[in-house]
Amino acid sequence: MAIPKEQLDSVKERVIQIVSQNGAKEEALLQILHDIQADDNSLSEAELLQVARALDIPLSRVYGVATFYSLYSVQPRGKFIIRICESAPCHIVGARAVISAFEEALGIKMGETTTDGKFTLEATSCLGVCGVAPAVMINDEVYGNLTPDKVVEVLAEYDADEA
Amino acid sequence: MDAVNLTIDGLSVEVPRGSTILDAASKLGIDIPTLCHHPDLAVKAVCRVCVVEVEGQRVLQPACAYPVAEGMQVKTNTARVREARKTVVELMLAHHPQDCLQCERNQNCELQSLAYRLGVREISFPYIERDLPIDELSPAMKRDPNKCINCRRCVSVCHDIQGVGALESVNRGFDTVVTAPFWRSIAEISCVTCGQCVLVCPVGAITERDDTEQVWAALANPQKHVIVQTAPAIRVSIGEELGLPVGTRVTKKLTAALRRLGFDRVFDTDFSADLTIWEEGNELLHRLSTGGTLPMLTSCSPGWIKYIEHYYPELLDHLSTCKSPQQMFGALAKTYYAEKAGLDPADIVMVSIMPCTAKKFEAGRPEMSDSGYADVDVVLTTRELGRMLREAGIDFSGLPEEEYDEPLGISTGAGAIFGASGGVMEAALRTVYELVTGKELENVNFEDVRGLEGIKSATVSLPIPEAAAAGDKATNNGVSELEVKVAVAHSLQHAKTLMEQIRAGKAEYQFIEVMCCPGGCIGGGGQPIPTNTEERTLRIKAIYEEDAGMPLRKSHDNPAVKTLYKEYLGKPLGEKSHQLLHTHYEPREKF
Ligand code: SF4
Ligand code: SF4
Ligand code: SF4
Ligand code: FES
Repeated sequence: MAIPKEQLDSVKERVIQIVSQNGAKEEALLQILHDIQADDNSLSEAELLQVARALDIPLSRVYGVATFYSLYSVQPRGKFIIRICESAPCHIVGARAVISAFEEALGIKMGETTTDGKFTLEATSCLGVCGVAPAVMINDEVYGNLTPDKVVEVLAEYDADEA
Repeated sequence: MDAVNLTIDGLSVEVPRGSTILDAASKLGIDIPTLCHHPDLAVKAVCRVCVVEVEGQRVLQPACAYPVAEGMQVKTNTARVREARKTVVELMLAHHPQDCLQCERNQNCELQSLAYRLGVREISFPYIERDLPIDELSPAMKRDPNKCINCRRCVSVCHDIQGVGALESVNRGFDTVVTAPFWRSIAEISCVTCGQCVLVCPVGAITERDDTEQVWAALANPQKHVIVQTAPAIRVSIGEELGLPVGTRVTKKLTAALRRLGFDRVFDTDFSADLTIWEEGNELLHRLSTGGTLPMLTSCSPGWIKYIEHYYPELLDHLSTCKSPQQMFGALAKTYYAEKAGLDPADIVMVSIMPCTAKKFEAGRPEMSDSGYADVDVVLTTRELGRMLREAGIDFSGLPEEEYDEPLGISTGAGAIFGASGGVMEAALRTVYELVTGKELENVNFEDVRGLEGIKSATVSLPIPEAAAAGDKATNNGVSELEVKVAVAHSLQHAKTLMEQIRAGKAEYQFIEVMCCPGGCIGGGGQPIPTNTEERTLRIKAIYEEDAGMPLRKSHDNPAVKTLYKEYLGKPLGEKSHQLLHTHYEPREKF
């Protein structure tokens, strides 16, 4: 067996609860995955296997859905997901420099997660706030008119937040 | 019949309502190119290679999925259509490693022939390497997702026909590819190694694990005594692999060809199929008379064994403890045969030719070494044997007809029909009937359990002679009868139906045969590509012709098996049998 039993057991109760809240049917899979991901921004193999067992569908189906929608991640992600807009308006006004600033400040590349599990850097398509380009979204919060200096300030807010 | 009239390329055609444009065109002799479409699968409209112009529709439509309608006007060969098809194929090739010359599917690849046929001579897009991990951990198969064209055929066969669901389309856009969850190896998950995905894959993305080098090495080693057993289904399919018409029987040429390759003895799995019937038939009677676990399930199909271990581990007691004919053969080769021939079993290399990828997995199960050695050393599929024969330049048409070697090459028609769904059941019934009634069975053909229907069943009445019947069963006109209800399932979706009945306590059968692959071994994952319903049907016909042509048709009449019991095993279900011919099973997790 590929996944250690302790891992499977540790997620079981929570998964079963979320599945039953959502009606334990395959049609509810998207919502189930959304709820499961809420705790740590990602879906683990153990979690998806428990979902598959609870719904009595193949794990491959669950994994297929989880990798199809960009909303979900099967890679571990940080507590804070920094989504940097890469669409044209942001690009023109300096998204590249903003990306470099984040990469430098956090010591990771786009798509990676800091070793303390706090931040993940991701590219995203238009955030719909082109008026304040370049813009990023950190979890549900939008930050506009960014410059490399401002990046440092923004991150400082989160340094204070040690919760 | 509710008919529809339409026009394709200016020609009128009438087809039943519900037909697709593809069906209608083929009736007119217009061969619309396809790729994801497969005659036995539900896959539709994935690849868009089959697009056509439908009057009144702005965009091109996939002929394989588009239903015909009255008065419809279709064009299959306009500049726009040709251009679109070419673009579809070029886009595939833009991230496809084009190493046709080294590819196992070279000259039998649907993408390759399509590119040729559509006149793709240059690719208008830059090549982007995908660099995905190749999965070589399974003892049965190899997956190279870099070659995957995302047609989803394997997904369909694995989920819908086999009810397993090991593979799925993952990611989106350019990154879309078919693979196992979390990029696990198929060896780590509950894939049953049936190889049905290999049969339907249009390209070289899933293949068997090639073990031919091991066999060449053994054949070249003068210290080794290399013996071979051929499964029942090989004699009706190896000819096809070498270019003869589908369903050609080549039993006696096969033996000659194997001798030319250099095997020291050419034996027959049909022999141990007969032996299986002695053991399994007696096991059934024993369970019936002692209140053992019923229904008893057959155990010769290793993909099926792996399936029940993963999916119904609580029902493992229902499985017959008999090893498969391949493994019985191996265990005897390195004991009985070694003794008889005065050989050190350490010097024997046992090769089997199987229609099956799961047999590779089975031979590697750690418990399959009751002889003190690996009972079977190497398993080759029909395709791999074909490869060796081609490489060696052995041409079937010029070969003489030769017999199998004695004694392990002697068999009956009952052994031969193991190759088709229903065959193990029929062979068992031929023997059980005579064991129970003490009378000769007049008509040995049990037609009810033959054919391609998903689940077949029959009730067989066995009149019991007066003496044996004392105090037994229902009495009918003074004659006691033992009624045996049997069922036969092939492909795991149908096995699943029966297993659910057993789980619910609703199965009314005493004996159930399950073969993992559609049609049984003749449709196994190691067979020539393509293996579709058409090929399966012709091979099944050939198997029953083989049976009908045998002088002996019942396993208990096999003289070599009788001698084996007399000289070596003692009696069916005896101590030696238990040691060499029976096995146990292992519950596995569903993953
Ligand atoms: S899969 Fe087909 S097209 Fe691709 S390399 Fe192999 S033979 Fe060539
Ligand atoms: S071998 Fe059978 S079970 Fe395994 S992936 Fe292929 S079709 Fe599915
Ligand atoms: S592995 Fe083969 S059958 Fe499966 S989707 Fe890819 S190309 Fe199609
Ligand atoms: S063959 Fe019709 S879409 Fe693939």
